[in-house]
Amino acid sequence: MANPTSRAYARRSTYPGWFFLPAAIIYGVLFLVPTFASLYFSLTRWSLFSSEFIGLTNFYQFFEEPFLVQGLVNTVIFAMITSGLKVVLGLLLAVLLTSRIALRGYLRSVVFFPVLVSTVGVGITFTVLMHPTQGAINVALELVGIDGPHWLTNPSLALYSVALVDVWKGVGLATVIYIAGLVAIPKDYYEAARIDGSTPTQSFFYITLPLSRPATVTVITLSFIGGLKTFDLIWAMTRGGPGFSSDTIASIIYKQYQAGFYGLSTAGNVVLFVLIALLVVPLTMYLNRREGHE
Amino acid sequence: MTAKFTRTARVAVGIMAFTALSGSALAEDVFMTMLVSNNPSNVATAEAAVAAYMKANPNVTIEIETRPGGGEGDNIVKTRLATGVMNDVFQYNGGSLFQAINPQQNLLPLTDEPFMADIQESFKSVVTAGGEVFGIPNGPAMGGGILYNIPIYEELGLEVPKSWDEFMANNEKIKAAGKDAVIQTYGDTWTSQLFVLGDYFNVSAAEPDFAERYTAGEAKFADSPAAAKGFERLQEVFEGDYMNEDFGAAKFPEGVRKIAQGEGAHYPMLTFAIGAIKDTYPEHVDDVGFFAQPGDSTDSNGLTVWMPDATYIPKSTSNPEEAKKFVAFLASVEACKIRNEAVGATGPYLVKGCFPPSDVPPVVSDMLPYFEEEGRNGPALEFLSPVKGPALEQITVEVGSGIRNAADAAALYDQDVRKQAMQLGLPGWK
Repeated sequence: MANPTSRAYARRSTYPGWFFLPAAIIYGVLFLVPTFASLYFSLTRWSLFSSEFIGLTNFYQFFEEPFLVQGLVNTVIFAMITSGLKVVLGLLLAVLLTSRIALRGYLRSVVFFPVLVSTVGVGITFTVLMHPTQGAINVALELVGIDGPHWLTNPSLALYSVALVDVWKGVGLATVIYIAGLVAIPKDYYEAARIDGSTPTQSFFYITLPLSRPATVTVITLSFIGGLKTFDLIWAMTRGGPGFSSDTIASIIYKQYQAGFYGLSTAGNVVLFVLIALLVVPLTMYLNRREGHE
Repeated sequence: MTAKFTRTARVAVGIMAFTALSGSALAEDVFMTMLVSNNPSNVATAEAAVAAYMKANPNVTIEIETRPGGGEGDNIVKTRLATGVMNDVFQYNGGSLFQAINPQQNLLPLTDEPFMADIQESFKSVVTAGGEVFGIPNGPAMGGGILYNIPIYEELGLEVPKSWDEFMANNEKIKAAGKDAVIQTYGDTWTSQLFVLGDYFNVSAAEPDFAERYTAGEAKFADSPAAAKGFERLQEVFEGDYMNEDFGAAKFPEGVRKIAQGEGAHYPMLTFAIGAIKDTYPEHVDDVGFFAQPGDSTDSNGLTVWMPDATYIPKSTSNPEEAKKFVAFLASVEACKIRNEAVGATGPYLVKGCFPPSDVPPVVSDMLPYFEEEGRNGPALEFLSPVKGPALEQITVEVGSGIRNAADAAALYDQDVRKQAMQLGLPGWK
């Protein structure tokens, strides 16, 4: 107690040590214990009733999963498409919704509305809309003479259809983040640029785009992580199908869990955790460093 | 005030039952809960049986709780058993899924109960573990085969096929007449497995020891010509272009509608679907018939049989004696009669003295002959082996949609089966 470092620490800290105890207990019980327990169970054959230590077998088995590679590729494709489209569309919508247009407040809430709806509800709704013969989308296309594709049952299209729905649902959040970023840009810059003869396009590329960088970083990070761990929408719309064509890492893990392979699916979750960390940590470091330099 | 008190007391007893804190504190008033799967005809049966039992035993209150079927239901059952909060009585599958809930540790053995004498051996074998019997049948046996639309057959002058070639010839004629020959509903992926699973009678006719060697890891779907055939048949149906246009998105209820209303001629399915037809399209019950999935030769034509779910009592119940009394009632002839009245007959019963009513729908009367003759029916593979690969339904969707060919699919399924066997820790698998 009496050692100098701890006294120095106590002087610096605003709160006494016991003040942190409740948070530490909650964090320990709800986060640390399960994390380490899952590391242990990933090394066992676990039936929920009993577990038997089997070393790294689950990890071998997980990496032997025939659709693991496809699932990984699908996961990354999904994350890239959705975060890319959310950045582009989010920024364009934000520019539109910060300009002086009629019904601006109403339009802002319309764009944001899908974010508030339950993902599973959105998934089920779009599954009905995308039905190959009776869905509203294909019925509408038929009226103008287009034979609509089988959105969710064509194996080479299913993943992209789900990604589009994810963008529809998530672009509102990106837009709001961008709106916040755009209104923070001082108007003087635009005025100065206009006086110097800048066209609106030039203003967008030389003022809006660079100065909304923090918003871009937030949107990319959030939607990329969201895309990597996406599960609910895919499960509600295709269950990874047809066959295995829209499986992602998360749906592969869930199917193992459903089959009662608790140890194996826990091993899968450990892999997913490492994978997300490997992709997101360098991404955030890169994005933040660039930000710092400017 | 009194009424309110009683309700509070009941809730309290319920809580005690859940946490197993106390035994029967109120010996007179018994409160139990029963977990059933949410299939409508199943819920209707359970409600009718519980109502009759509570009428005969006024001191007993039984509350029915429903759960989803399929993998989500498996999770609920497993989690409740593992945490000791399972309802006093519950329904769950027999066969391979039953083995996965660790019966000897979690369930109350019923082997020596007097009512067990009336349960058929064929059923007991799928709910037996370590020499003890744990469940009673929840309903009649089912057949897995092909539902067909009788008016289409009459209109085109077709005969019920006894071999696969005859079946495909019928499909060709139906297609030529501009109708969907085979209904597939991959929106509910489990429905895609029937051509493979319902073919097991033919597999076992060709290789009687397949199940045993398969469990031991010696027989594989890809190496066994008989076993691989189920996948090949699915592929043939796809290549013949016999399926409804929306096969990839349609779900089970749409399949039921199509077969009942004659939008399609054949629907590979378990016979329990007759319950759904009766519920939703009662005017078409007599338009749907049934035949077993035909094999190579007309000589060995038989039915692959599915056992119904079982009713079990968990060890964690605080009312074992009362739960047993209730289960004895569910295993009685009286309970079969209640079922006949509530939802009609869907197949032959597995309790001695229980019979379907005389006016059964064609699906059931078409199925009964397979049970009357020796050697014309056999259990599905999942009742003979604890090993069933969890990805079969995705694989059969791929074959049925033309994404993967049959040989590839059989090999992929063998890999999936190996995963299951290794997760079960079965000997001989690496």
